[in-house]
Amino acid sequence: MQLKFSVEDGCLIVEMHGELDHHSAEGARIKIDNKIEELGINKLIFDFAGVNFMDSSGIGVIIGRYKKLKDYDGKVAVVNLKPQIKKIFELSGLFKILSEFESTKEALLNL
Amino acid sequence: MFKNEMKLEFPSKSVNESFARVVVAAFASQLDPTLEELSDVKTAVSEAVTNAIIHGYEDAEGIVTLRCKIEDNKLTIEVEDNGKGIENVELARQPLYTSRPELERSGMGFTVMETFMDSVEVYSELGKGTKVIMTKTFKSA
Repeated sequence: MQLKFSVEDGCLIVEMHGELDHHSAEGARIKIDNKIEELGINKLIFDFAGVNFMDSSGIGVIIGRYKKLKDYDGKVAVVNLKPQIKKIFELSGLFKILSEFESTKEALLNL
Repeated sequence: MFKNEMKLEFPSKSVNESFARVVVAAFASQLDPTLEELSDVKTAVSEAVTNAIIHGYEDAEGIVTLRCKIEDNKLTIEVEDNGKGIENVELARQPLYTSRPELERSGMGFTVMETFMDSVEVYSELGKGTKVIMTKTFKSA
């Protein structure tokens, strides 16, 4: 899984590309956590536009980052979920702790 | 009745999770599935194979056996490991339950399998291993 980081309005945007499963989850979580610590940021947007597969390992990655940022009074949002990935978000109740937005721009306005 | 079957064995390396789900998707494609049905099957296979690797073999090396069978428009998938087995299958199937909380697992694996497949059966014996049998009937075929 390839990750591309950018910062806008004090918010870390993580563009993910590839498949998010148990195999790729470990690397993704380390890279994201390092970036969060390096920048000292407490707002995070996961951009799923380039993610064509995710299983329940992805839920762990999202919840883990949510918990981390919650300690710093932070927030997490997701954008560009494909229908299959949205099903997994709904199933696991992820929308109770974070919001989905139509675009990164909209997420930035609401975080 | 139209019948077809396949069997695949691979070492319990996490890199084989994507290999396994792509193989099943390729095998299932002869049933002319919708994209959604194919995604459902790939996700369920990924969960079962990940369980075999993380929980069955606890990240040590073992062999995961994957068998698929087609009977008319019904696909049966078996994922088997010869690992440590599940002590309490009923508990393991509960949403949010995880035996390894230190791994940042969501505990949603079986719930995903149950949601995306028509049926999920789990046979497990401590010290012997676990077999998960899932079926899905394709509407489009």
